[in-house]
Amino acid sequence: MIATPLAGYLLVAALVFAIGLAGALTRRNAILVLIGIELMLNAANLNLIAFWRYGPHPEAMTGMMFAIFSIAVAAAEAAVGLGLVISIYRHAKTTDLDQINRMKG
Amino acid sequence: MGIAFYIISALTVCGGLAAVLLKNTVHCALALTVAFAGLALLFLQLDAQFAGFAQILVYIGAVAILVVFAILLTRGSDTPKDGVFSKTWLAGLAIAAAVFSVLGWAVLQAAPWLPHETVAPNVTVNQIGDALMGRYVLPLEIVAVLLTAALVGAVIVAMHEKEGAK
Repeated sequence: MIATPLAGYLLVAALVFAIGLAGALTRRNAILVLIGIELMLNAANLNLIAFWRYGPHPEAMTGMMFAIFSIAVAAAEAAVGLGLVISIYRHAKTTDLDQINRMKG
Repeated sequence: MGIAFYIISALTVCGGLAAVLLKNTVHCALALTVAFAGLALLFLQLDAQFAGFAQILVYIGAVAILVVFAILLTRGSDTPKDGVFSKTWLAGLAIAAAVFSVLGWAVLQAAPWLPHETVAPNVTVNQIGDALMGRYVLPLEIVAVLLTAALVGAVIVAMHEKEGAK
């Protein structure tokens, strides 16, 4: 049995992070790799919020602000990443990362 | 910890697993939405209402839609003949398992010293707005510039190149 609620949230975040890492490392499709990265970012956000909630000074709102800024940066990252995938697809006619193995166009 | 935590956690983990394991890419994007919704519910469980609703708006409302658009624009929903997993999937799985075991071991070792249940912090949107316009105004402006630059950059990167413009 899990001793404290914080440990439960941290374990869930670790599990989601590991799932995202496995997805980013094992999938062939570039979009699925981006999905894995998004899952990892979200797991980090869950850690920030959990530590904010059970930390000694939740009224300072530091952890929650960090998570909100992290969500904004993740949105920018997703837009740029998917734009790059579309650009690569137009160039190489595939999103299979095992086939995109040249830096020269 | 209530039963709600276990249900929402199971939903989140199952959504994440489905997003990573399913063969059809569109189904993966839909499972990803479930995982995002579960994480938003976990944020709400943690009394972070603003972060939870921001998660729903940004991730389910924008990022998931963007992922679906990218999948449909790149014909990524066609399942490749030689499997959806990379040739080095075993190494990737081993690395992920190792990372999870280290993280889980660290959490379980530290569990007796982690803080116990505290009073729920009462943070209103009013206070968050005051903090964003006061103490956090510089990061807010930097994030605004970053988002503008990133979105303009994404449009330029994905814009169709003219023939012969190279």
